[in-house]
Amino acid sequence: MAKHHITLTLNGETVETLVEPRELLIHTIRERLNQTGSHIGCETSHCGACTVDLNGESVKACTILAVQANGAEVLTVEGLAAGGTLHAIQEGFMQEHGLQCGYCTPGMLVRAYRLLQENPNPTEDEIRFGMAGNLCRCTGYQNIIKAVQYAAAKLQTTAEAA
Amino acid sequence: MTDQTSNTGQAPAEDRVQGIGCARKRKEDPRFIQGKGNYVDDVKLPGMLHLDVVRSPYAHARIKSIDKSAALALPGVYAVLTAEDLKPLNLHWMPTLAGDVQAVLADEKVHFQMQEVAVVVARDRYIAADATELVQVEYEELPAVVDPHAALEPDAPVLREDLAGKTAGAHGARTHHNHIFTWDVGEKDATDRAFDNAPVTVKEQLFYPRVHPCPLETCGCVASFDKVREHLTVYITSQAPHVVRTVVSMLSGIPESKVRIISPDIGGGFGNKVGVYPGYVCAIVASIVLGRPVKWIEDRIENLSTTAFARDYHMAGELAADETGRIKALRVNVIADHGAFDACADPSKFPAGLFHICTGSYDIPVAYARVDGVYTNKAPGGVAYRCSFRVTEAVYLIERMIDVLAQKLGMDKAEIRLRNFIKREQFPYQSALGWEYDSGDYETALKKVLDAVDYPALRKEQEDKRARGELMGIGICTFTEIVGAGPTRNCDILGVGMFDSAEIRVHPTGSAIARMGTITQGQGHQTTYAQIIASELGIPSDEIQIEEGDTDTAPYGLGTYGSRSTPVGGAATAMAARKIKAKARKIAAHLLEVAEDDLDWDTDRFKVKGVPGQEKTMKEIAWAAYNDLPEGMEPGLESVDYYDPPNFTYPFGAYLCVVDIDKYTGETSIRRFYALDDCGTRINPMIIEGQIHGGLTEGFAVAMGQQLVFDESGNISGNTLMDYFVPTMVETPHWETDYTVTPSPHHPIGAKGVAESPHVGSIPCFSNAIVDAFAHLGVTHMTMPHSAFNVWRQIHELGLDARDAA
Repeated sequence: MAKHHITLTLNGETVETLVEPRELLIHTIRERLNQTGSHIGCETSHCGACTVDLNGESVKACTILAVQANGAEVLTVEGLAAGGTLHAIQEGFMQEHGLQCGYCTPGMLVRAYRLLQENPNPTEDEIRFGMAGNLCRCTGYQNIIKAVQYAAAKLQTTAEAA
Repeated sequence: MTDQTSNTGQAPAEDRVQGIGCARKRKEDPRFIQGKGNYVDDVKLPGMLHLDVVRSPYAHARIKSIDKSAALALPGVYAVLTAEDLKPLNLHWMPTLAGDVQAVLADEKVHFQMQEVAVVVARDRYIAADATELVQVEYEELPAVVDPHAALEPDAPVLREDLAGKTAGAHGARTHHNHIFTWDVGEKDATDRAFDNAPVTVKEQLFYPRVHPCPLETCGCVASFDKVREHLTVYITSQAPHVVRTVVSMLSGIPESKVRIISPDIGGGFGNKVGVYPGYVCAIVASIVLGRPVKWIEDRIENLSTTAFARDYHMAGELAADETGRIKALRVNVIADHGAFDACADPSKFPAGLFHICTGSYDIPVAYARVDGVYTNKAPGGVAYRCSFRVTEAVYLIERMIDVLAQKLGMDKAEIRLRNFIKREQFPYQSALGWEYDSGDYETALKKVLDAVDYPALRKEQEDKRARGELMGIGICTFTEIVGAGPTRNCDILGVGMFDSAEIRVHPTGSAIARMGTITQGQGHQTTYAQIIASELGIPSDEIQIEEGDTDTAPYGLGTYGSRSTPVGGAATAMAARKIKAKARKIAAHLLEVAEDDLDWDTDRFKVKGVPGQEKTMKEIAWAAYNDLPEGMEPGLESVDYYDPPNFTYPFGAYLCVVDIDKYTGETSIRRFYALDDCGTRINPMIIEGQIHGGLTEGFAVAMGQQLVFDESGNISGNTLMDYFVPTMVETPHWETDYTVTPSPHHPIGAKGVAESPHVGSIPCFSNAIVDAFAHLGVTHMTMPHSAFNVWRQIHELGLDARDAA
């Protein structure tokens, strides 16, 4: 199958690769670009394990073709920590025990990262609705909600100090 | 819960080592929150090929022909394998854990929809998927048998032609061509007599639907056979890597020493990853044949349809009692739908698992239980979905039946439990069906919960609401589990006793590495095992590395399922540490020039009794172990322990659930769920609470929505996440947790295991709450799942949704 040349900004770096026209973005990211943090749990856009941030929106990378992402800015879990410092949402998940097996975690983190930009101070209900596209089989979600609240508080404190 | 993780200079010694009882943060988290986990699908080996599976569209059919020429002609396809190709290797069938055989690839017949018929190996996963479409299979459809009761009709179709003429299976006589086994326990005649003489009896048909554990990561493997070294490495999503090594060696003929099984990070198991599946076997065969690494990763539809299921128990429960509600006898008859092959993952001697824990938390003088296993045209399995073997079914039975009895007697559902509990002073307690319960205090647990929720006020509110025609239910569940399989005198898998193991090495500078035969799938072993060692040896838990899952380095163990890690692996860890401590004491005595009896242990050091300042820390002792030893002592400071538990452990809990039901839509709102668990000694309160939240949520899923549904032709409907209910954050209730501590008397640190209790205990609690909302209208049982539609049907049948004419 003839391949297409695409260019992406992946976690701040410009990358180029050849993809099949039918290739899913999640496969391109994981297998061609070797960023395996984002996972595959269903390939039908229900579980959210493959969630990435694409041009400032949360997108399930199992239901978008790589060619559709040509020219896009893509952020995955590997790009959350900056300069060796964990992002507040990563810290929150660790502090509040927001993960167990870790499989849903990259998608959860990337979705929570975006949610907190859309709504910096969400209520518990807003978190529950805002992250309903990401399934977790281990935690029962309660500590994930606490982790998002932890990050929201920390980001606000940091913003006020700045 | 207090957070004891602060690590300041003023912290007491016990806090410094972060041992048992400390809510320390998890050692696993840094890699997972940065995308640096290493799951099976992340494994990429040079020259790796991809395997995909051709599956049957029919539940029951004869295979007339398979034409693989078009698939083989597709560029990038390396091989297409069918049962014919596996036959010369004698690998077209494989033994199951339950003493049956299972087709690796369908041999002449398919027995369930989505059964593996052929596999394709190709350069990448897209080509492999294309090629599966090009394999032409001609079928002759046969009548399918979906209902296990129908399967036992005299003229039912013969499902397993390969068993023709076999009147006995692995578990005794077969009474019908679709019958697998009859297993019974207890005193039948005495039980029947107790029923004949009892003033009150109740009976209820309880169907526990077929469900699936559905971990977020599906099953898969990467098999890599090195033709030069004749060595096989398999990265695999397995909850029992050492058992897989034994099975692979037995199947392939490769010496066990040349088989290396690695369970890397596992994305949840919940019982789904205990078995050995055809996809694994085919990937291994393909790698051996082609001499290249071969990856097989199932998709979600394949996962829900084929790699095991749980439950599917049709239970007839009966209780006999006196007029005061004291239970006199329990009788249970079960038809167990095992699907097309008996591939249940149970200890060999227990074809119905530990189902005979079904007398529950109650002092029942006599009981009898019988289970008949039956073949149907459905996928094989019968795994323990976040529970010990068939314990969820058993607990569901007794916890539903005691409510049915309470309703018959007009008794309060808390009162009937208090009246029948095994009393604290009766432990160790011998149950009517043969178990010795180690410890418990059920009354204290239930009373604590009733106080916490103000139970009398809730019942008063319910009475008022009923008077207004509103539906409110209060569910109670006071469960006892049996976990930690198990004593090797009666527990084995494929003949290997169900011990578990730990190996600890203390390095010269005082840090340590430990390896276990279990494997974490999210439970946090790398955190909690280190805490056990920290408490035993005084080495800070941050300086203890825990490794599991690589059979080349870890000692042999039976793996992680049935809440056995803490009861068995945790015990082995404590015992291995104690062997090191015994040697350390001798070294300390030598260094301090005193007798061993003159030493006291204090957190992380030995002190000479009555001589302040005369002491040796574990760090100093570790150094001495490599250069300054008593005469004749062998150098080094390490140990290994294979722990054969003297008994199971019996965690318990008291749960209470309050629901409000919309009488027009059938939608249930979980207003409150209060879960009190007693898992004995608590190693890490933060992790325990997380495990309980997760188990409650999985229980919520089972009770309220999960079911693998089949039509009369055996078509599975609902095998994607569109249809199969996995709760999101929106539906999931808020959980309240509580605890009591009743240590296990026979476990080295008194711990019992916890992660499965909330699943086992919550499911009947939800059902009890739903049924309780209708109890005043004479409803005694409603079949799960309690989806809005199913609940509405009950409402509609009772005419409760009739609107007043305006």
